[in-house]
Formats: sequence, C-alpha cells, structure tokens
Amino acid sequence: MSPSLLLFIILAAMGLAYHIGRKRAIGVAGGVTQINRLHSLPAYYGYYAALWVGLPALLLLLFWTGMQGQILTTLTLAELPPEMTAELSEGQLSLLVSDIRNLADGNLMGREPSAEVEAAAAHYQRLQGIATATLWALVGAMVLAGMAWAWQHTTPSLRARNRVESIAMIVLVLFSSIAILTTLGIVLSVLFESIRFFQMVPWTEFLFGTKWSPQIALRAEQVGASGAFGAIPLFTGTLLISFIAMLLAVPVGLLSAVYLAEYAPRQVRAWAKPVLEVLAGIPTVVYGFFAALTVAPFMRGLGESVGLDIASESALAAGLVMGIMIIPFVSSLSEDVINAVPQSLRDGSYALGATQSETIRRVIFPAALPGIVGGVLLAVSRAIGETMIVVMAAGLAANLTANPFESVTTVTVQIVTLLTGDQEFDSAKTLAAFALGLTLFVVTLILNVIALHIVRKYREQYE
Amino acid sequence: MNTTADAIAVKPANLTADHLAQDQSTTTTVGEISSPNPRMRCRDINVWYSANHAIKNVSLDIGQNEVVAMIGPSGCGKSTFLRCLNRMNDTIPAARVEGSIKLDGQEIQDKSIDVVPLRARVGMVFQKPNPFPKSIYENIAYGPRIHGLTNSRAELDELVETSLQRAGLWKEVKDRLDAPGTGLSGGQQQRLCIARTLSVSPEVILMDEPCSALDPIATAIIEELIDELRQQYTIAIVTHSMQQAARVSQRTAYFHLGDLVEVGTTDDIFNQPKHKLTEDYITGRFG
Repeated sequence: MSPSLLLFIILAAMGLAYHIGRKRAIGVAGGVTQINRLHSLPAYYGYYAALWVGLPALLLLLFWTGMQGQILTTLTLAELPPEMTAELSEGQLSLLVSDIRNLADGNLMGREPSAEVEAAAAHYQRLQGIATATLWALVGAMVLAGMAWAWQHTTPSLRARNRVESIAMIVLVLFSSIAILTTLGIVLSVLFESIRFFQMVPWTEFLFGTKWSPQIALRAEQVGASGAFGAIPLFTGTLLISFIAMLLAVPVGLLSAVYLAEYAPRQVRAWAKPVLEVLAGIPTVVYGFFAALTVAPFMRGLGESVGLDIASESALAAGLVMGIMIIPFVSSLSEDVINAVPQSLRDGSYALGATQSETIRRVIFPAALPGIVGGVLLAVSRAIGETMIVVMAAGLAANLTANPFESVTTVTVQIVTLLTGDQEFDSAKTLAAFALGLTLFVVTLILNVIALHIVRKYREQYE
Repeated sequence: MNTTADAIAVKPANLTADHLAQDQSTTTTVGEISSPNPRMRCRDINVWYSANHAIKNVSLDIGQNEVVAMIGPSGCGKSTFLRCLNRMNDTIPAARVEGSIKLDGQEIQDKSIDVVPLRARVGMVFQKPNPFPKSIYENIAYGPRIHGLTNSRAELDELVETSLQRAGLWKEVKDRLDAPGTGLSGGQQQRLCIARTLSVSPEVILMDEPCSALDPIATAIIEELIDELRQQYTIAIVTHSMQQAARVSQRTAYFHLGDLVEVGTTDDIFNQPKHKLTEDYITGRFG
C-alpha cells in the first residue's frame, strides 16, 4: 500500500478519464460528424477530465505524504507517558522517535526496546494503518468526484481548450519558478552565513585587509594562528591568474575564430572545429594535474635556464593552463558571432574592392564586436570561478603580489581549503568561506551586468 | 576566348518553347548583342555552380552611358551574369566562370588581374540594402579610405558630400552624418549604398534588383537617380519588374534558363519581341 502504487493508480485513472472525457464530448456533440458543434477539439475535453481527476488527487497525495510522518509522530509522542519525554533534549527525543519508527517498520534494532517504546510503536503502526486507509479512501473519492464533475460539465459550450491551456501555463510557471527560487535560496543561505561572519569580523577588515591567515587559535597559547581575514590578496591572486588566462585565451581564441570563420576551407573547418571543442570537454581536474605536473615544472626549469626564479606553484603556470581551458569558449562564441554577420555586408565590402583582411578588420569585426565582448566577459567569469586548476597548480600562500612568477592563491582555492575536512560551522574560519563566496558572486554578477550593458550599447549603435 | 563573335545571330521567330527545350545547348541569341561604344564586352560566358550549368554561352556588350536591363524569370542566370562582371563569383567557392570579359579592352577573367582595382572600377549595388553597421559618414568614407583616394580629412569630407549629393541623399542626411546608416529608411539605405559605390569613382555600376525591397515611392526616386547616373556611368541592372526595365533602360536582355534569349533596344523588346519566349514573358504568360 505504498504511495507510489497510489500515484500509479491516479495516473492510470487520468488516462482513463482522458478517454472517457473525449468520448463524452463526442457524445454530447452528437457523434464524430458533429464535433464542430464543440467549442474545442474533443481531445481538450479529455485533458479537461483528466486534469479534474488527477490534479486534486495528486495535490492531496503530495500534501498527505509530506505531513503524515509529522502528524503521526506528534500523536504518538502525545500518547507516551509524560515523564518519559519531559526531560529529553532535542537530540534524545529524535533518537526516541527514530527508535519507535524503526520498530514500527520492523527494522532490526541493536538493543532491546523498552515496553513503552514497544507500545508506542504499536500505536504508531495502528495510526499509520488508519492514515493509509483514509488516504486511499479520500483519493478514490476525489478521483470519482473529479470524473463526475467533468462528466457533468462537458457541454458543447465549455471552453475546454482555454481551461486546459491556462493550467498548462500555470504548470510552466511553477517549473520555471523552481529554478528562480533555488537561486534565491542559495543566495540567501550564503548571505545569512556571511552576515554571521561579518558579526565576528568587521567587513572593512575583510574587504580592505591585506593579510589573509584564517587559522584561529583553539587554545590561548597556540602560535601562528592569529586569524586575519583580509581578502585583498585572494582577489588580487584571482585577478592575476584570470588576467594571465585572458592574455592567452583572447588572442588565440579570437584569431582562430577569425581563421575558422573566414579563411579556413570547409574541409579544414570540419575537423578543426571539433578538435578545438574537445578542449572544452576535458575535465578541469585533468587540466589541473597537467598544470601542476607538466607546465609548472617546465616553467620553473625554463626560468632557471634564463636566471629567473619561478616558484613551482606559480601564477603563470596556473594562468596559462586556465587560458588553454578557456580558448574554446572564446573561439567558439566568437566564431558563431562572426558567422552571424550577414553575407550581404561581406559582399558590399568586396564589391567596393576591399580585400578580405580589410573586410574582416573594418566591417565584420565591428559588427561582431558586441557578441565578442559578451563571449570574452563570459570567459572571464568562468576564469574567476574556476577552481580545480588553481587548487592543484596555484598554491595556498596568500601573497599580495603582481609578479606572475610567484605563488598566489585565489578565492576559490581558499573556499575549498576552508571547507574541506571536519569543520565547525560556527567559527569565523569556516564562515569566511561564505563571505568569500558571496563576494565572488557579487563580482561575477557585476561583471555580467557590465557585459550586458556593453552588448546592449553597441547593439543600439549598430542596428 | 572568342572575340570575333560580334556577328548577329538571328533565330526564326516562330521557334517555340518546346523546340528550345530540346535544343538548349545550341541556343543562339536573337538580336544585336554588341554595342557601338562598348565599355564591357562579354563573349561566350559559361558559369557552373558545382555541376549546375547556370549560364550558357552568353555574349553581351554593355555600352558607354547606357543602361542595360536584364530581365527574366527567377533562376534564369541574370544575377549570376551580373556577378561575373566584377568577379563577385570569386567569393563563391563552388562557382566556375569561363569565357572572355573585357573592360575597356582589358581581359578581367585573367588570373593576373587583381580584383581589388577591378571592383573599384566596376561597382555593385545589391538587392537588399546592405549598409555597414557604421555611421552614414563612415559608410561612404570606407571605400575611399581602403583605396587611399584622399589625402586629408577635408578632401574626404568633400568626397563624402559629393557622393551623397550624386545619390540624391545629401539633403536628407547632411545634419546627421554621424547617425548609424542602418537607421535610415529602406530607400535611403539603398541610396546610401549607391553613394557608397559612387565614392570610389567606378566606371561601371552593376545593380542587382536594387528596388526589389523598396516601396513604390522609394523605387521611383532610385529610378530617377539611375537615369541621371547614366550621364556619367555605364550601368547594368537586373530587375524583376518589366515596367522598371522599360522605364530606366536603353537596351534590354532577356534571359531564360541560363540562356541569353534575346537582346535589343528596350523599345523593340517590349513592343516587337522577336522570340516567342520573350514575347510570352513580356506579355505575362509566364515568369
């Protein structure tokens, strides 16, 4: 007698209701030849009946399964002798409840249950039986009532199509609000944790402090754990690595896009484009160990041979590998934009005697610029949020430096190190991760707003 | 590369469309293909798009200070022929052009000929107005800049003004040269494109259905403009509108399925067509 069986039965009833509703509509109209007397096609009357049969029952089922456990538990606990529950803490109480439930469900328990618990479990079981029977009866009644209602209301003048479509719209709205509400929930949870953090550490210190050392002293005499939460070194580290990445990705991506879109023969494009896009399919963790195990030692060796001191976890290595990762974003987005420039503009330019490179530089590029800027800014937010490469290749030391040969750390790396392992969620150290996340989110948001603004501004100018 | 094919080929006027269908490869053109004062002289042009034989043995002159109109049903090859005249077909990878096309006696099909100066001499206006996504001023200044035609900003300003004046657009846009060219109305955009073509001082102007995207009033303005431009330029125009061909052109060429069926003065073509196909098309029996 599980809810899933009930769900299945409701769905079957909906299918049946569809057919009955459709038949009924045809019958009301006076036969298949008379269906133009109906306001809507017969199928809509079928959907109408199915919705009346299914929706109320489904909503009841959803509500019931959500509430049943809670209500039954409350009822059961109320039956227990009061001296048994009076002195229990919240944790002990939930332990007791799970004992009762386990016993009721017939699960094995490690220890022998007390008589009270056994009695409660029996009571719980009895209540459960009543609840299930009630649910079945209610659902059955609702299905039948829905069918009767739909049967009664199926008349030629019923605007079945409009009713069905407005319900379809409501369903669509519900589903799209799931995405929006999830985003909102994430933002709010990060926000509340950040507020807790800022109660411990002033936001001025967080935003403008130049020293990052999140270890908090657990004992008074502990050394080297002062707890400094100046996020500036993290953000400069993030910016430095992203800057190096864009320095590589923008020219390479853009120029390869121009080649692929304008110069490459069809055969070359046919294999070059997928190969380039394979880069986007490589997991970032693979890029990460490529950066840490191949590029970084190579850079250090190269630096030694010319007398430069390059750290083995340098910003340069992480940035370059991140740049390689981003190339396909820039090139693929730019190529799409370049291809979207109408052929008539190229023709117009060629017809004036412009060469291909003049046409690209002076006509196609300006026309494609808004899209290219949008693509590049998208790549920037991707670079800022990228985690795996920098975790493996960029290091943990929060150095405030603009020297790409030194080791830096990024916001994302610090979030990872703050939150991995066993943590207490009420120390400033852990909560700092939420503050960092919030700041990162705000920065990316601002970046996206700027990107949209630029794109819109150019679009006004060019259309 | 047959340049002696100036001979007039006359075909019996009673030939029907059925005869033609059986006999396509040997179709010869009815009427006078040569012009007394030719700027462009095309002989035995054949064009293939991959395996599709789009133009078959077309020979035609385009004379000094005349407007030659090319008419015919869709897919007859008139636009393809036009695009041969400034080698715009080069931009289509699958296209192959054979035959002789001479501009002032110089063979332009020659691979040694650079298309850049050629296209400056033979300008083109397209079916749909295609202003660049730049300001009105920059749209006109684009051609002179890439060809290095002016030495100073003042000269460029002057060239922009004269080009716009010749295209009859100056009065309408002189106060907003910095506004985007794409913000103009369809007819103004097309005149902007004509002005853009004029800015590099071409000798021949090719127009590929320049009014097909315009309303009747804008069309009338452009047609007047074409008539004025005839004084200084040689013009070849492809059009779907027979009335337009009759209004603006001195000579008319009728294309059918890749063949040049008949050429003659516009009066003759519209009043006494010699070929059955031409007559059918003119009288609106098909196309």
